[in-house]
Amino acid sequence: MNSLKRIFIYTFLSVAAIVSIFPFLWMLTSITNKSVDVTQGRLLPGTHLIENLKTLFATVDIVPALINSSIIAVITTFLTLLLASLAGYGFEIHRSKGKDIVFTILLLSMMIPFAAIMIPLYRMFGSISETAPLIGIDSLGAVILPTATTAFFIFFFRQNTKMFPKDLVEAGRIDGLSEIGVFFRIYMPTMKTTYAAAAIIAFMNSWNNYLWPLVILQSPEKRTIPLLISNLGSSYSPDYGVIMSAIVIATLPTALVFFLMQKHFVAGMMGSVKG
Amino acid sequence: MSQLGTKKAEVDLPVRTKYEESRRQKTGVFFKKKVGWLFIIVSVIAITIFNFYPMVQAFLLSFQSGMGANLEYVGLDNWRRLFGDPTFIAALTNTTIYLLIQVPLMIVLALFFSVLLNDPKLKFKSFFRIAIFLPCVTSLVAYSVVFKYLFGIDGIVNQFLLNFGLIPQTINFLADPFWAKVVIILAITWRWTGYNMIFYLAALQNVDKSIYEAARIDGASSFQQFFQITVPMLKPIILFTSITSTIGTLQIFDEIVNITNGGPGNATISISQYIYNLSFEYTPDFGYASTVSYVIVILVVILSIIQFRVAGEKK
Repeated sequence: MNSLKRIFIYTFLSVAAIVSIFPFLWMLTSITNKSVDVTQGRLLPGTHLIENLKTLFATVDIVPALINSSIIAVITTFLTLLLASLAGYGFEIHRSKGKDIVFTILLLSMMIPFAAIMIPLYRMFGSISETAPLIGIDSLGAVILPTATTAFFIFFFRQNTKMFPKDLVEAGRIDGLSEIGVFFRIYMPTMKTTYAAAAIIAFMNSWNNYLWPLVILQSPEKRTIPLLISNLGSSYSPDYGVIMSAIVIATLPTALVFFLMQKHFVAGMMGSVKG
Repeated sequence: MSQLGTKKAEVDLPVRTKYEESRRQKTGVFFKKKVGWLFIIVSVIAITIFNFYPMVQAFLLSFQSGMGANLEYVGLDNWRRLFGDPTFIAALTNTTIYLLIQVPLMIVLALFFSVLLNDPKLKFKSFFRIAIFLPCVTSLVAYSVVFKYLFGIDGIVNQFLLNFGLIPQTINFLADPFWAKVVIILAITWRWTGYNMIFYLAALQNVDKSIYEAARIDGASSFQQFFQITVPMLKPIILFTSITSTIGTLQIFDEIVNITNGGPGNATISISQYIYNLSFEYTPDFGYASTVSYVIVILVVILSIIQFRVAGEKK
C-alpha cells in the first residue's frame, strides 16, 4: 500500500514536471533547427542556431524592442519599489485609524480590472499628449506611469514590514535620525530580502506586460518585446526557428532574474503570507 | 512661610516641566502622524489618478455613445444593447467557462502539488518544485505563441497523439470551437499552477508539523489530513489565491489574442478582447466598450463577495 502510494506520487510529480518542462525543451531545441525540422517535430538539437540568430537580427527589430522593454522594466521596478515600500512602511510603522481606512480603500483598487480603466487611461494620456509628449500617447512614460504604483506591492511591503523589529525605529530616532532617515538608513538595508522579492515580481510584470503597451504604443520603433513576439506569432508564413529564437531571448532576462534571486523570492513570499 | 514657599517652588517646577513635556509630546505625536502621511501620499495620489478616477470616468462613459471623441449621453441604451449583442454573449459565456473550469482545476492541482512537495521524506523535492514553477518565468505572450504552435494542425501534440495511436487523425485544435477552449484552459493552467503552488508551499511552512503527527497517531488517513487539517489551515491563502485567480481569468486577454485571436468565429473570444476590439479594432465606440468593461467590474465584485462568504461559512 505504502510503496504503491509512493509510486503514484513520484509518477504524478514526474508527469507534472515533464509537462512543465517540455515546452521549454522544445523552445530550446527549436532555436537550433530549421523551420522545416521544427514543423516535423524534431526534438533533437540541430546545427542551425547561428543561421537562426543571424536571420533574427537581420529581419526583426529585436534590439530596439529589447532596449524599450529594458528601459520600461527598470524604471517601473525602481519606482514600484520606492513608492510601495515607502507606503507599506508608512501604513505599518506610522499606523493610525485614518491610514488604516485609506489602506483598505487602496486595497479595493486591486479588484479593478485593467480592461475597465484602459479606455479612460488612454483618453487621459491622449489629452496630455500635446503638452507633455514624454508621457503622452506613444511614449514609454505613458507605459510606465499607470503600472508603477499598485496596491499589491503596498500590501506586500506592509505584510513584510510586520516582521521588521520596531525597536530599530526607536533606536534610530534616539540616534538622531529623521523619520525619513530611519527609513533610508535602517529600514531599507534591513529589508533587502523583501526588496529582492518585490523586484523580481515587479520586473517580470513589467517585462511581460502586453495589453497596456499594445493600447498606448503605436509606432513600430517604440514596440516592446511582447508586442514584437505577438506580431511575429501572427505572421502567415512563420519561420519557427527564428520566432523561437526571439521567444528564448525574450524569456532569458526574466528566467535569469528569477534563478539568481530565487531564495529571496521564496523568503519574500513567505513574509507576505505569514502576516 | 519661607519653608512653605520653597516647598511650593519645589513642587511647581516638576509640574511645569511635566506640562511642557506633555505639550511637546503631543506636538511630537501630531508631527509623527503627519510624517506618516508623507510616506503614503505619493502612492495614494498615483492610485487615485490611475485607478479610481478612471473607474469613475468609465462609469460615466458607459452611459455615452458615439464614434471616437464625439460622445453624447444616451442613458441606458448601452446597457440594453448588451443583452441583444451576440458577440458580448459569446464573450461572457466563454469567460464564464474559462473561469468555472480553469480556476478550480488550477487551485486543486496547486494544493495537491504543494502537499506532496511538503512531505519531508520526498526525494528530488527542489527539482520538482523548480520544474513546476518554471512556466511562471515565461511572458504570457511568449508562452501563448509556443502553445499555438504546439497545438497547431501539424504541431507536436498532434504528432505525438498520432504516433501513439491515441487519435485516428490529426485534430485541428485551434479551428474547433470545443478544442480551442480546451487549449486555452490547458495553457492558463500550465502557466499559473506553479505560481499558486508557491503560495501554498510558503503557507504550509508555517503549519505546525506536530498537528499532523497527532492526526497520524489518531489514525487519520492522508485524505482526512488533507481535508481536515491542510485545507482549513490554508483557508486564508486559498481565499486570496482564488480571488486573484478569478480576477485574472475574468480579464483574460493575452492568451486569447495570441493563441486563437478569439476564433474560430467567436468561440474563444473573452470579455477583455471584446472591449479591446470595440475600442481599437472596430470603429472606436468607447462608450459601449466601457459598458462591457463594467460587466467585468460587476462580476469581480459579486464573485469576490461570494468567495468571502463561502470561506467565512466553512470554518
